Amino acid sequence: MSAEKTLNLTLKVWRQKNAASEGGFETYAAPGVSTDMSFLEMLDVVNEGLITQGAEPIAFDHDCREGICGTCSMVINGRPHGPKERTTACQLHVRSFKDGDTISIEPWRAKAFPVRKDLVVDRSAFDRIIAAGGFISAPTGSAQDANALPIPKENADLAMDAAACIGCGACVAVCPNASAMLFVSAKISQLALLPQGQPERYIRVRDMVAQMDAEEFGSCTNHGECETACPKGISLENIARMNRDYLKASLIYRPKVATGGAG
Amino acid sequence: MQTGAGFFGSSIGKKIVMAITGILLVGFVTVHMIGNLQLYLPAHEGVYALDTYGEFLRTLLHGSGIWIARATLLTAAILHIWAAWGLTLMNRAARPVAYQNQAYVASTFASRWMRVSGVVVLIFIIVHLLHLTVGNLLPGFEQGKVFHNVVTGFQVPWVSAFYILAMVFFATHLHHGIWSMLQTLGLSHPRYNGLRHGLATLLTIVVIGGNISFPIAVLTGFVR
Ligand code: HEM
Ligand code: FES
Repeated sequence: MSAEKTLNLTLKVWRQKNAASEGGFETYAAPGVSTDMSFLEMLDVVNEGLITQGAEPIAFDHDCREGICGTCSMVINGRPHGPKERTTACQLHVRSFKDGDTISIEPWRAKAFPVRKDLVVDRSAFDRIIAAGGFISAPTGSAQDANALPIPKENADLAMDAAACIGCGACVAVCPNASAMLFVSAKISQLALLPQGQPERYIRVRDMVAQMDAEEFGSCTNHGECETACPKGISLENIARMNRDYLKASLIYRPKVATGGAG
Repeated sequence: MQTGAGFFGSSIGKKIVMAITGILLVGFVTVHMIGNLQLYLPAHEGVYALDTYGEFLRTLLHGSGIWIARATLLTAAILHIWAAWGLTLMNRAARPVAYQNQAYVASTFASRWMRVSGVVVLIFIIVHLLHLTVGNLLPGFEQGKVFHNVVTGFQVPWVSAFYILAMVFFATHLHHGIWSMLQTLGLSHPRYNGLRHGLATLLTIVVIGGNISFPIAVLTGFVR
């Protein structure tokens, strides 16, 4: 690891007062920032300067700052979460940049993620997609014995890989179509691969895809950008699985009919 | 929300329509190219193989074969364009404000220009039908004399140039489309995923290579 240095950076940041206002880029100097700082710490320092000048600090979302909550949404130099692979904006360090760099910072751009203020977008569309089916209905009561349900190791691993999705929205942000299919397919796959997910498997895919469309995300044209921008490395294979399940769900769908007291 | 009709209205449903019609169209262009290789067969007792082949197609199933094929292809093309149109509108609307700075790393020229290459293919299909099916694009067209029509057509430099240029666009459409169609239909497995790109490349080279060879063979005088 190289020794700490300081860099002089210039930031071009999207500023927007509220959801209704126009917004535009403002340029800020960030002199003498330490290469050991995280990207968000660097923004904190710039904000402190703005506050002492009596100006409005740059609003950005952040929470855990350790790459697990998925809150820190920002497009840095044209890439969601910045230039480093498998790294959230909060885990990005100033040492990833060079002295004298100008860095552009924009919010996620999607109809389904309206800008609330500066870099802050409303990602509740994702929550509504989960609420539409991204769960299992388990009865309460005492827990089953561990390992009572056999699960192939491979499925357990693939489900865990899909479950690594932190719902940050980078896949939507980077997609030329602002499609949410990587996110939705990860949330479908983590359940479709496990026995607990089977009872609702085909209802789930229909409901979640319907909600995804209702939120006005775009549709996948298989560019593959999402996979490269995902800080958790969620694979395109999940989208193929979702497509497969959706096709099957559509083929086997039966309209509800009540017979013999079943209704 | 839970109705059967939701399929065609949904994003994935439209993608599946595009992929299945895509299979039909890819199958067609492959067979079409292979059939046309008969341009290279020598005439047998003064009759060109291509003319016999054309006659065979026109009389297949007492003449109904060609109409069944035409109806299927037209339906596939209309559904394909209908789905492409719907998805394109959806995708445009999904990003109303563009990025000022956007760096792509995985997408390709082919994947980002599918709509443009698709429209070029559509224009090509219309010109091609006027040229060799309807026969009113160029003077000297003779119904049933397939070899004659192909050769005299390609001897006109702008006709050949147009075919070759259209095929370059078509190559990009096919290459992304074949891969994309496999992914859309859910055909993904780590053991075979490398083959998906391989298949796309192979089919594209075979179909486009064959198609481009025809105008070149005529222009160079290899076929006359
Ligand atoms: C012989 C003619 C054609 C063939 C063989 C063909 C083939 C294909 C295939 C296999 C796909 C992949 C489907 C998928 O995404 O899963 C595709 C996608 C597409 N096609 Fe075509 N197509 C043809 C004509 C057209 C035309 C005339 C248009 C446009 C007006 C068009 C526009 C599109 C678009 C926009 C896509 C989606 C692209 C994407 O996945 O990014 N195609 N085509
Ligand atoms: S702030 Fe939690 S992932 Fe970045």
